[in-house]
Amino acid sequence: MASVLVGMSGGVDSSVAAALLVEAGHDVVGVTMKLWGGDSDTGCCSVSDVEDARRVAQQLGIDHLVFNFTDDFDRHVVQPYVQAHIDGHTPNPCIECNRHLKFERLSTRAKLLGFDAVATGHHARVVADPSGQLRLARGADPAKDQSYVVHMLDGPGLEHSMFPVGHLHKSDVRAQAVRLGLRTASKPDSQDVCFITRSSGRAAFLGHRIPLRPGRVVDTAGVQVGSVDAIELVTIGQRKGLGLPGGGNPMYTLGVDIASATVTVGSPEELVRSGVVLVQMSWTHAAQEGTVKAQVSAHGVAQAAYARVTGEVVVVEWHVPQRQVAPGQSVVLYDETDTYVLGGGIASSISATPAAISPNT
Amino acid sequence: MRTATAGYFDWAASTPMRPEAVDAMMPFLTEHFGNPSGAHGAARRAARALDESREIVAQALGAEPGDVVFTAGGTEADNLAIVGSIRSREYRAVCSAIEHHAVLDVVVANGGRVIPVDSSGIIDLEALEAALTPDVAVVSVMLANNEVGTIQPLRRITRLVSKRAPSAVIHTDAVQAVSWVDVADLARHAQLISISAHKFGGPKGVGALVVRRGTRVHPMLLGGGQERERRSGTQNVAGVVAMAAALHITVDEREREVKRVTALRDRLVDTMVATVPGVTETVDRDLKIAGNAHILVAGVENEALLFLLDRAGVCASAASACASGAMDPSHVLAALGVDRAAAFGALRLSLGFGSTDVDVDHLLGVLPGAIAQLRGN
Repeated sequence: MASVLVGMSGGVDSSVAAALLVEAGHDVVGVTMKLWGGDSDTGCCSVSDVEDARRVAQQLGIDHLVFNFTDDFDRHVVQPYVQAHIDGHTPNPCIECNRHLKFERLSTRAKLLGFDAVATGHHARVVADPSGQLRLARGADPAKDQSYVVHMLDGPGLEHSMFPVGHLHKSDVRAQAVRLGLRTASKPDSQDVCFITRSSGRAAFLGHRIPLRPGRVVDTAGVQVGSVDAIELVTIGQRKGLGLPGGGNPMYTLGVDIASATVTVGSPEELVRSGVVLVQMSWTHAAQEGTVKAQVSAHGVAQAAYARVTGEVVVVEWHVPQRQVAPGQSVVLYDETDTYVLGGGIASSISATPAAISPNT
Repeated sequence: MRTATAGYFDWAASTPMRPEAVDAMMPFLTEHFGNPSGAHGAARRAARALDESREIVAQALGAEPGDVVFTAGGTEADNLAIVGSIRSREYRAVCSAIEHHAVLDVVVANGGRVIPVDSSGIIDLEALEAALTPDVAVVSVMLANNEVGTIQPLRRITRLVSKRAPSAVIHTDAVQAVSWVDVADLARHAQLISISAHKFGGPKGVGALVVRRGTRVHPMLLGGGQERERRSGTQNVAGVVAMAAALHITVDEREREVKRVTALRDRLVDTMVATVPGVTETVDRDLKIAGNAHILVAGVENEALLFLLDRAGVCASAASACASGAMDPSHVLAALGVDRAAAFGALRLSLGFGSTDVDVDHLLGVLPGAIAQLRGN
């Protein structure tokens, strides 16, 4: 039996996570992090989500706390999110939230308060390999696996982390919630960035914080073929909203040059790259060069690649060339069996051809 | 034996009901259930209880019975005071920066002016004077602050207002003051006074606004015209009876209680400041009510501290909670000039009529250890 602080977002996964911990006999306290002070539809931030979490905690007979981490969230998630758009990158705020809030801020406080572990409702697993080393593994439900968004956990972090629903399929999680009579049993999954509302969207959010500038859309020969209202909102690989004439072959965003406010578009073939360069790497254990499966989005399919470790940088060389990864996106490396997380990093804007990277630069 | 309020240091948030108040209200929940507006025996019994209660409340607050408007609590009384005064004159409201949100938010929402305070929470009289233009309809300054306990110099404020904006009325939110100071005396020049029953041993959901004769408030609730058309809605007879009973005892024992609780509070704060490094008192004790202890604990986050105290059987408070239950950074401490980082270490320990030496001993037994744990030593 351990004392466990369980993060409760007000969703069904974390509700059942808390319930399973209680049933396992742990000393459990629930906590909802207030992260965002502004408008929100859902996801850890709205009053109705807090009420759901509190009511579930009451039903389970455990204490429920609310921690106000809005300052930290603004510093580590919202401001970098805005800055990434200024830089023409495509940020993943949910990953930065997990890194800085759930597994840094919350874990540190939990430790100070005397808790043995922090649990969340993520679909991921912490398992011991035959040598006894703890490893971060994909959740049991392939459709709901969230190991991608918690990939930044390292060895010590794994020791103090619990994912009580990671071994369950989503349907089983909901069945457990129904069995326990939890009010969150049929609550839909949250999908979107929690601090951006569906009604006003990303453009309005950023438009309040930074000037959004119109941009030219050109083909690879430099001929203007369309235009965009806000260069800061364009993402590598984007196809829609570029003001391109209908008909003809589909065109994709190949590059975004913020300085000249220019989007370059081209054919899908021109979007393909032989690899991607990762910066700000975190490793669950030691840095590890070799053949991996690499995943470039939360619900993407991992592709075979060779991960070359070059100082602080990792060059991922695809076995089969892949569409370019937008700078700012996280790329998570799994072992060859596509089961265990090895580490992850952020796609850089460095030219993604391995030849451009020399170990000496 | 562990009582219901053992380790309870949140009397400024709410108090248990006094047994006398419970006893007084019970018959009006059962056999004397009548609507006081009716024309029969059951109604008359309710009306009599209401009239008697109105006299008790009026006397305790230095008002006439006809001045007392019963409301559904302090927030409603504050809202009625501000909105009712503005509407009647279509003018502006002015308040201090450390008012309870039930005043501050109403003033701000109506385009009013917010006056800064000094580092003790005392309103800046020069700034107030400058704000007192002829279009000011109401000046609202709380008698005692809910977070740091500061008592405002209401008499000096009154003189200023009568000199600069003679047509303005003065409202004082006395919700936190009733147990500790003589409201009848200190607020005798205020035309409007708010109180809330559950802060002094009455039930939640009942309060009163004193509206002195000659002062008009436009009603917010229209309907049956109860409370001399100033607050429609069938009166909460049982609640009002209980409030009057609790207020009567509170005023009766106030001098004794102030002495007793001052000694408890002083021992608590003196011990903390003397024995735990990095603990400072937010506001000078001479300037505040007896039931308030407010300290700043360096190097500690109060959210974490409250959790450890709660686990050790101590109920304390940090700042006002927002809708989600999270601690919001205190607007009161910001107004006092306490920087944001220091404000995260704020701890309010409020005492009341049930506080004892045993409670203080218990607190002093757990608070230093909790602080040390959070400081990592």
